Amino acid sequence: MAASGPTVQRAGCEIRSDGTEPTAGRANQPEPKMTGDISSRPVSAWGRLTADLHEVARISSVAEAVDAIGNFQTATLPIGLRRSYGDVCLNAGGRLLETEALDRFIRADWQAGVVVVEAGLTIDDLLRVSVPKGWFVPVTPGTKFVTLGGAIANDVHGKNHHQMGTIGRFIRRMVLARSNGELVDISPEDTPEMFAATIGGLGLTGIIVQVELSMTKIGSAFLDVETLPVRDVDDFFRINAESQSWPYTVAWVDCFATGAAVGRGVYMRGRLLADGDLTVHARPRLAIPFALPSFLLNPLTIRGFNALYRRFAVRSERRRTHYDSFFYPLDSIATWNNLYGSRGFYQFQCVVPMHHGSEVLRQMLTTVAEARQGSFLIVLKTFGELISPGILSFPRPGVTLALDFPNKGPRTLALIRRLNAMAIDAGGRIYPSKDATMTADQFRSSYPRWEEVERLRDPGILSDFWRRVTGKTSR
Amino acid sequence: MTPKILILGATSAIAHAYARRMAVAGASLILAGRNSEALEANAADLRARGAAGVDIVVADLAQVDRLDEMAAQCTAFGFPDVVLLAYGSLGDQARSQNDPQYAREVIDTNFTSAALWLLALAKARPALQPATVVVIGSVAGDRGRASNFVYGAAKGGLERFVQGLQHANATGPLRIVLIKPGFVDTPMTSGIAGKGGPLWASADKVAGDIVEAAQSGKSEVYSPWFWWGIMMIIRNLPSVIFNRMKI
Repeated sequence: MAASGPTVQRAGCEIRSDGTEPTAGRANQPEPKMTGDISSRPVSAWGRLTADLHEVARISSVAEAVDAIGNFQTATLPIGLRRSYGDVCLNAGGRLLETEALDRFIRADWQAGVVVVEAGLTIDDLLRVSVPKGWFVPVTPGTKFVTLGGAIANDVHGKNHHQMGTIGRFIRRMVLARSNGELVDISPEDTPEMFAATIGGLGLTGIIVQVELSMTKIGSAFLDVETLPVRDVDDFFRINAESQSWPYTVAWVDCFATGAAVGRGVYMRGRLLADGDLTVHARPRLAIPFALPSFLLNPLTIRGFNALYRRFAVRSERRRTHYDSFFYPLDSIATWNNLYGSRGFYQFQCVVPMHHGSEVLRQMLTTVAEARQGSFLIVLKTFGELISPGILSFPRPGVTLALDFPNKGPRTLALIRRLNAMAIDAGGRIYPSKDATMTADQFRSSYPRWEEVERLRDPGILSDFWRRVTGKTSR
Repeated sequence: MTPKILILGATSAIAHAYARRMAVAGASLILAGRNSEALEANAADLRARGAAGVDIVVADLAQVDRLDEMAAQCTAFGFPDVVLLAYGSLGDQARSQNDPQYAREVIDTNFTSAALWLLALAKARPALQPATVVVIGSVAGDRGRASNFVYGAAKGGLERFVQGLQHANATGPLRIVLIKPGFVDTPMTSGIAGKGGPLWASADKVAGDIVEAAQSGKSEVYSPWFWWGIMMIIRNLPSVIFNRMKI
């Protein structure tokens, strides 16, 4: 099933397309060492599939950003909080520039709801300030622990995609630091090409140092959330069609349902209330301090989790829910990625056009159920018609499915390769920020305009993902 | 009433994290430090986050011969309700041991100037006006260690000084609190190898402890709290054992 694309291998880091698993070895992890102000240490993405050495530097001002990217001899990659699962936030053997200390507000107009901020500011921090003043991020991914720069570089979407599109639609202006020493002001009006290459541009066009974002007015930090049981795939599409007037919709799917029950799960839809209660979210209390033994995540425990979730959901029909538990249920456990054991886990997210939707969905869910590899969370949603502003933006009209699998070696990889091929064959595409396995052919055919981004890429910036899907190795 | 807060060394990561928490609560802030560009950027950040007002004093706070002038500038807006003495320099231990002038700078920055600032503030405070001064010390001041004893001795000396000042003001309306952070993930510690792990705290975590310490009646606070236990052991290890350890 899986198309076998070219194998990209470099010292220390392999994302192979030959059926072997990527290096996940913690045992032979190299010792951290110091060179000047830059530390060399093993770095993992959120999926924790690899832990290769990177030279890591931190920037905390725009001047430092210009300095850092201008002076690097080796390929550099600006990164946020590394919540991407695969390798868009990795640059093995090269340098990473951490931007999370670049997190100041520059100005805020709380009358108009427009903020100008440094790009390392997180959604978590932004909401802490904006929610009491009655403003929310217009689009949010499933975690608030992302920087705005990272959110833009992956042109993230959320539960309101069918009404609001991606976050890139709310970015009015950005400032990029480029390796030629320039600070470039970009906007959809003045620099449409550079803007479109940077939204969803995976950080490749320069360090995003400043962002101007339009926010959404809210009258409450709470939502009216309705939860409905979903019998099967057809039922999902029926409920989903009925729910288009709800601003936020998403479904969770039971990965063990087979036959006629494929697609069984829970549908959640919400809208913000207007009761004036603008309570900010709490800080996370729990963390998984280390990688748990992976046997804890077996078909039995996942089935138990799923069944519990479903019964709970069926019983409770409609309730007032805080934005933190509606949008960010996993954020309450700070390092939930450690649940998947020391070998890490794979994520898969695709979008397929609506006319193939139910058929492909059934096929994929059946494949997953039969493989019995268990997926902690299967998320299902439809994207709306709003055009994503980035050349490499993932969302397009259709149905999107997201799953994750603990890494059990070749058989997990084989399963994901089958899913990748199904998505591409159906005219769909894979989400780069989740991906660790798509082949170069699959990428190039499903993102046919990728060369426009390559032309505008900063010559000083490269990522493992970009090397893998384009074969670019030079500076 | 809007609390007025003076921050000495306002561009430090811990100080700014504290300033942010106070800005969200609507405080009025005076930021003192050397780098005017960084102070302006921090001031804009704090205004957007909700500070009632932000003023800036650009000065090299470790320059003790200009101390009276600087103290007058910093209190020109009225004597603050809370002062955070946050500036300091970790220094390079190896360089300190070979370069007496450099070692002196480390000691003067972390001890001499800080101690004189405390005296100047105590003197400038109008009688009867309550005020709280939070001083950032360090767990490194609890026991001299090979890896950083120049810095550690300066912070340890500052602790004795604070204790004396606490004693002298035991019955008055001036409160002095010493906060002793452990490993904090900030630009100041970017030179430490193997950074990260359960012992490392964020600047925001320490800032939260500072907010609490300023409100509580405690005279000394470890941040995070578990350093109290760690340092209790380290302080009480017999030299025979301690001096053989590589810590």
